[in-house]
Amino acid sequence: MAKVTLSNLRHSYLSNPSRPTDYALKEINLDWKDGGAYALLGPSGCGKSTLLNIVSGLLTPSEGRILFDGKDVTSLAPDQRNIAQVFQFPVIYDTMTVRENLAFPLRNRGVAESKVTKRVAEIAEMLEVGEMLDTRAAHLSPDNKQKISMGRGLVRDDVNVVMFDEPLTVIDPHLKWKLRSKLKELHQRVRATMIYVTHDQTEALTFADQVVVMQEGEVVQIGTPVELFERPQHTFVGHFIGSPGMNILPASVENNKVIFNGNTVAVEGNIIGNGGTTELGVRPEFVSVSATGIPARVRKVSDIGRHAVIETMVGDMRVRAVAETAHFEQGTEVHLTFKKDQTRLYRDGWIATEVAS
Amino acid sequence: MSIELKSASKTVRGITHIQPTSLKMSTGHFNVLLGQTGSGKTSLIKLMAGLDPLATGQIFLDGEDVSKLSTQKRNISLVHQFFVNYPHMSVFDNIASPLKVTGMAPSEIEGRVQEAADILQLGPMLKRRPHELSGGQQQRCALARAIAKESRAVFLDEPLANLDYKLREELREQLPELFAGRGAVVVYATSEPEEALLLGGETALMDDGIVTQFGQTAEIYRKPTNLTAARVFSNPPINAAEISKVGKVAKLHDGVSWDMHEDAANLPDGEYVVAIRPHHVLPVKQSDADVALNGIVQVTELSGSESSAHFQMGANGWVSLSAGVHSYKVGENHQFFMDAKKAFYFAPDGRLVA
Repeated sequence: MAKVTLSNLRHSYLSNPSRPTDYALKEINLDWKDGGAYALLGPSGCGKSTLLNIVSGLLTPSEGRILFDGKDVTSLAPDQRNIAQVFQFPVIYDTMTVRENLAFPLRNRGVAESKVTKRVAEIAEMLEVGEMLDTRAAHLSPDNKQKISMGRGLVRDDVNVVMFDEPLTVIDPHLKWKLRSKLKELHQRVRATMIYVTHDQTEALTFADQVVVMQEGEVVQIGTPVELFERPQHTFVGHFIGSPGMNILPASVENNKVIFNGNTVAVEGNIIGNGGTTELGVRPEFVSVSATGIPARVRKVSDIGRHAVIETMVGDMRVRAVAETAHFEQGTEVHLTFKKDQTRLYRDGWIATEVAS
Repeated sequence: MSIELKSASKTVRGITHIQPTSLKMSTGHFNVLLGQTGSGKTSLIKLMAGLDPLATGQIFLDGEDVSKLSTQKRNISLVHQFFVNYPHMSVFDNIASPLKVTGMAPSEIEGRVQEAADILQLGPMLKRRPHELSGGQQQRCALARAIAKESRAVFLDEPLANLDYKLREELREQLPELFAGRGAVVVYATSEPEEALLLGGETALMDDGIVTQFGQTAEIYRKPTNLTAARVFSNPPINAAEISKVGKVAKLHDGVSWDMHEDAANLPDGEYVVAIRPHHVLPVKQSDADVALNGIVQVTELSGSESSAHFQMGANGWVSLSAGVHSYKVGENHQFFMDAKKAFYFAPDGRLVA
């Protein structure tokens, strides 16, 4: 297993990129530690597949280097990088049994049969597919096929990194959580460096110790699930993570105070920088409907059982609040308060407040 | 406008797919069919749409018996999980296609298509082909076709299942507004309890070809009449375990016991099943009345705004769901706290008793 380093990496699909927008992948520098569980999270078209293809060697970056344990592999072909990959759709041989499928990556490399038997047994036990070892792969259900694909990715213990590209796409919604947690458990047992690419926040947050959030070819935040939820570094992270996402509201700064629709709003700490477009960010969980505060009108109430989402309008801006009960009438005049230590200022999308010391 | 099923059932080669079902769904709100994959949602929609024959019973559209009418003659629309558009036609022609068959005047077709496209923000894309659209736009195209048609009933069969979740959030929010005031009965099938709650209206809970409960969505969530209904309408799964009741005390087989709430305390002594939603089992104590549950954490999941932990206590698996993002140590013992006032009690046959 290896540490993966991306150094000054940039990629453009154009032959002569000149402007920043010509790059499908803007400059990236990061280290993925040996044995870590990482996720690349972002909407379709954000550049995560480009990045994955660069790591696997299917694509050579326009600029920068990629290193495995300090060794430059930028120009190495995929088969020389010693990596394993699990794709969206199961990649298995239908005519082979499950056992033969799992053994294939090992036999292919001339691993001794005694070791093949041992590894296949270990992986089968971890994936709980022991009973189907002699079943022909063609007869498996889609989720079991994908499990076997994962097993093939994990069976070699000499790979530098195992990559998963949206591996749960074909899985029935009600089986997804089982495989999600299975993958997490597998990582804890095999301790390989794993990179998981997805657009699904639950998959990313559940699997990874560290999540790389991407938008339009740019890494907007690298952090633990708790960091991404609690203190988004960019408005996109606030919006993308959490359901409903963070309220992002136009605001101005006057005399070091944040003004939202004529109301002064207390933010977490000192405001940094100046100029640019400023916005206020607060998660619905930290907005409360109260007796005093910012005047608002209730537009819609969604009772989702364990709590209610109250959609209010402040002027022509929509502000959502999560409340314990749905006891609000549409059209009612109410007041909102934002929890100070969870209210932040963003400048041109990036966080512009400091944590109060 | 309404759709009414009277003892409608479906049989395929002697196997019953839909048990005789009687149900009346009307316009003015969403009618949700909620159930897991294979519970019969699509089968029921196909019966109503006339795509499959009835084994028994009748179906009425606005009081008219349409049981024997073909799909074409029922004047209904169907939107599937997979984006179904004609690949060789422009977005405009895709939306216009059901109108053209009716022989409607071109000027009226144009007006209807334009209106539907505007509602679904497809105005600038009318000349494109479906493959030039994103997944969300393709599905909006299919929805626009259903809207332009002004049919008597619109069946939406998990229309958002194949979209990114942020897009799903957006479209889900717009959907009820799109159909509001259009007169059609809207039937929406989903496997996600939260989606049913967000769409509101009325919900039919489905399990194994049976509608186990039907009523106002939030109401049936709060008062499931049977254990199956409680299970269908819970994600993560509702916690359920057998108890023995003696006096006002409920006791799990592994020894944990608590005082039952008043309604339940008055039940005759005996065996029952307690069920409690995952968000009433929390990692932090809320009140002194909370019941402590000690278990080994098996699996944890972070959804973005909430965290869940699956834990094993005695013979039963339990789930806790709490606000915020926090992690648990898998494999370790952890204490959770159950708010027993929120528990449901079911008789051994599954009926709600308290």
